[in-house]
Amino acid sequence: MTENLDNIKKQFYEELNSVNSYAELERVRVAYLGKKGLVTEQLKNLRYLTPEEKKTAGMMVNSLKDEIEQAIISYQGTLKEKEYRKEIEGAERYDFTIPTNRELGTLHPITIVQRRIEEIFMTMGFIIEDGLEIQTEYNNFEAVNTPKDHPARDMQDTYYLENGQLLKTHTSAAQNTIMRKYGAPKKGEHLKVLFPGRCFRNENVDASHENTFFQLEGMMIGDDISIANLIYFMKVLLTEVFERDVKIRLRPGFFPFVEPGFELDINCAICGGKGCPTCKNSGWLELLPCGMIHPNVLRMGGIDPEKYTGFAFGLGLTRLAMMKYNIKDIRLFNSGNLKQLKQFTR
Amino acid sequence: MLISMNWISEFTDLNGVDIKELINRFTLSTAEVEDVYEMGKNIKDVVVGKIIEISDHPNSKKLHLVKVDIGTEVVEAVCGAPNIFVGALVPFAKLGGRVGDLEIKEASIAGVVSRGMCCSEKELGISDDHSGVMILEEDYPLGTDIKEFMQLDDIVFEVDNKSLTNRPDLWGHYGIAREIAVLIKRPLKPLERVDSSVYKHLPPIDLKVEDMDKTYRFSCITMENISKNRSPVNMRIRLTYCGMRPINLLADLTNYLMLEMGQPMHAYDNRKVKDIRVRTFSEPFEFLTLDGTYRKIDTNTLMICDTKEPIGIAGIMGGELSSIADDTNSVLLESANFDATSIRKSSVRLGLRTDASARYEKTLDPEMTVPAIERFMKLLMDVDPGVRVTSCLTDSYVKRYKDIVVDFDKAYVDKYTGIDISSDMIEETLTALGFKVNRKGDSFSVGVPSWRATKDVTIKADIVEEITRIYGYDNFNAYSTRSLLTPVRQSAERENEYKIKTMLSYKFDMNEVHSYIWYESKLNKELGIRTEPNVRIINSVTAENDTIRSTMIPSLLGIVYKNVDSYPEIGIYEIGRVVDGLNEDGMCNERKRLGIVLASKRLTEKEVFFKLKEVIEHMTLSIKNVTARFTENSKYKKYNYVHPVNSAEIYLKDREIGYLSVLNPIIRDNIDKKLNVVFAEIDLYDMEKIKPENLEYKEVSKYPGVTVDLSLLVDKDVRYETLRGYIDIYPCKYLSKYYLIDIFEDENLLPGKKSVTIRFEFVSMERTLESNEVQSMVDGLLAELKSRNIELR
Repeated sequence: MTENLDNIKKQFYEELNSVNSYAELERVRVAYLGKKGLVTEQLKNLRYLTPEEKKTAGMMVNSLKDEIEQAIISYQGTLKEKEYRKEIEGAERYDFTIPTNRELGTLHPITIVQRRIEEIFMTMGFIIEDGLEIQTEYNNFEAVNTPKDHPARDMQDTYYLENGQLLKTHTSAAQNTIMRKYGAPKKGEHLKVLFPGRCFRNENVDASHENTFFQLEGMMIGDDISIANLIYFMKVLLTEVFERDVKIRLRPGFFPFVEPGFELDINCAICGGKGCPTCKNSGWLELLPCGMIHPNVLRMGGIDPEKYTGFAFGLGLTRLAMMKYNIKDIRLFNSGNLKQLKQFTR
Repeated sequence: MLISMNWISEFTDLNGVDIKELINRFTLSTAEVEDVYEMGKNIKDVVVGKIIEISDHPNSKKLHLVKVDIGTEVVEAVCGAPNIFVGALVPFAKLGGRVGDLEIKEASIAGVVSRGMCCSEKELGISDDHSGVMILEEDYPLGTDIKEFMQLDDIVFEVDNKSLTNRPDLWGHYGIAREIAVLIKRPLKPLERVDSSVYKHLPPIDLKVEDMDKTYRFSCITMENISKNRSPVNMRIRLTYCGMRPINLLADLTNYLMLEMGQPMHAYDNRKVKDIRVRTFSEPFEFLTLDGTYRKIDTNTLMICDTKEPIGIAGIMGGELSSIADDTNSVLLESANFDATSIRKSSVRLGLRTDASARYEKTLDPEMTVPAIERFMKLLMDVDPGVRVTSCLTDSYVKRYKDIVVDFDKAYVDKYTGIDISSDMIEETLTALGFKVNRKGDSFSVGVPSWRATKDVTIKADIVEEITRIYGYDNFNAYSTRSLLTPVRQSAERENEYKIKTMLSYKFDMNEVHSYIWYESKLNKELGIRTEPNVRIINSVTAENDTIRSTMIPSLLGIVYKNVDSYPEIGIYEIGRVVDGLNEDGMCNERKRLGIVLASKRLTEKEVFFKLKEVIEHMTLSIKNVTARFTENSKYKKYNYVHPVNSAEIYLKDREIGYLSVLNPIIRDNIDKKLNVVFAEIDLYDMEKIKPENLEYKEVSKYPGVTVDLSLLVDKDVRYETLRGYIDIYPCKYLSKYYLIDIFEDENLLPGKKSVTIRFEFVSMERTLESNEVQSMVDGLLAELKSRNIELR
């Protein structure tokens, strides 16, 4: 009996190993496990044995039956694998250097830079505000401490409209509206606002002058805002914007809406501060004006300058985009020239 | 403005000061230094020589041969100057020396060897005089290096004028010296002056300030017996180094004083002036200024006159007829202070900006007029001791600035700065800057000096700036704020704007563009685009583009036009501003609009139209979860580029937010006959007014649904929306959705009709539907449609 089973087993494995298809496999299965299969026959033969013999022989035959069943199942997996291998080996080889031709759309370079900066500010808890492009003289000038006879108000710089309004000359035109909208912050809180916008200067256009350009202005107001905070904040911000560890320095600068006012310089990235033609050998690049918000501006915005202080800063968004993409001619931005604009995929 | 360090060192001791470090400090604390020039470096080995013999050059009529005694030897040289004479002392450049770019070497000039050079003032950089060699007026030992008596070696730095806009006190060397003295912590020397009160017994000048509005102060004096005509060489060097042209002694002195004290002055030939009136005229007239130009003087321009006629434009430029001539021996000296705005406006109107007017524009200190006269007298008398004063100092002080006293305490400074600057340091800094400091412990009461009190320093914050800029911003310990953690709510508007841009660019492959807020009238004309009148710019430098746009589309069509030759497929958009007329209060009704233009030579016009419709539908769905509706256009037909038939108004819920239109072929043909152009404009402010619909999730049936495609024969002019109305009316419990598969039109097969194939999906939440159930619903629907004259094809 044992010998017989061993022979069956040996024969089964020989046959199994030569199987190449599901049909052959099925034939083998039937030959061993089918109604008239060899193993089935052995099971049937058990009935001729004594109860004792039956017990041990039964165990042996059943164990062979299980083994063969398992072997067939696992051989099915092998066959499947073989089939896949065949399909894959026979597959067409794609030329993945063939170009696709659907062109990716583009955002305007200003949008890309603006969005990036807005995201930085939002992570620092700033509200993003959006002012009007057409402003009153009051908002554009008086409310930011630029009285009637100030040279900045001379006709040649500002586009005046026939209804007495004007095209805003700087984003500061939104300061008053924003202060009035939000009011003084609650104790321990700060009013933090970023307001980008399109500005206009009545001048002739050339490679480095545009009558229509973007600025971005931010301010932070609270009962404890100081020059020390301003310096800290500008450094953190500019490190994010330029994605490098910038050095900054502040110089006195005069702008009617801040006191003290500063010109902020950053260390020149081209020469690393050693001095080069780009930074006129000074190692520094003039980047942005900033300062402590002038008490008159706070007062006109309905915020008590005896209790509150704040800082404000302006960034030339158009200039920043020119720096980022190394754009030499400012006219690109409003040209509508798709040969140029289609390049700004990110 | 150019600043000479030699000049500065007259007022504060610069010995041992690192000039480079000083300039850096000055930039950080006062004003930006843009450039530094080392003067005199290119003048080397130029000595006093005496011409002892002159003979003719054998080969030239213009050139001469000269023998020059330079103390140690006699040198032979060739000289072309017409003004040489035997016995003249001249600056002589020796062999091995240097004059400007010229290295002095033995050279053959027209065949004769020359071993040195007699120098002109221009060659030495003293003035622009190149008419002959410089003749030295004083007696110096032969062979003396000229640098021993000429201050040719100097460091001159250029301060950015813009950064001095708000510092009227810094428009002269003395003011700059005051800043530098504070920065290097050394004392500032007083200006040496003549005491004018000595002359108070003399008769006054007949002076009347008639325009009391535009004049703050007018001071003057007369002097005679002026014998010298030429300024001392070192004065001329300083003037030249600081960018002024030496002219004659009196003119040079006025310029010198202006550069030194920042006070513009004018010297009139006293023979031509009887008295002084400061006034305006009621009629415009022409006036000849000393640069030889006739200028139109209007009724707002302040003039200096005598009773007969005007003699100068106040604060801007003197007149030709009363100006200093070579034979002038008596002078009327003006030192005045005028209203800054009036001078600025006159200067703009005249198109004449001078060094004087540029200073007056800054609001100068009227306290300066008298000291300036006294300083002038001192310098003049040093040069020309025989000068006699013929009038008392005549002074009309019409308007005064108020004394300013600012009270504050250290706590205010601490709060503003965020750092701890000691009261001692506050006191020391302000005192050094000329403030009158009254201090009790940490409380201050500070008098602002007159030279800072005209507009510059008025409030506490200004005082903080004085303290901090001298303290140095680079010395600040910077630190973060302490804020409560509070959520920041961003407006949906901006987020939506970015969503739209991202979608249009990255889903629909469009390019974002920017265009101007005004119509480009030339381009519009070329394309035949008629725009409606709108609010206009009154002073544009490009006058043809003066109308603010009321719609985005013409700008975008212009961009399509500019690009059509390069790109057969164009998809562009812009979110920009327009003005939709004026509001009731007269203010512009500014709107934020999205304009989109799709143009294609590949797709049919109809395809482009529906592509853009899809864009709009996706946009409103993803932003508002509201399906856009498109209805008959009536409002926008006024634009001649809108298609009279194929244009629709866009609605979200009950609000009209814009329109979608095929480009009118009249305009299309001006762009490109083969280009199919469709555009849309959406008012984003209006769109923002639509509340987004909440999204409600609906349970999905576990049972399979049944789909039925029905091709319906409909009259050609029936819109799909109408058909939908019919379907929606029929109560059909298990109809979960239906949608358009195809519209088929064929005039031969289906005259007057079209076949609309719609797929209907039926499903139940409770069970699998029986086919006869579905059939009966379809039959019911068809019966309903039949009553509307719609049959199954």
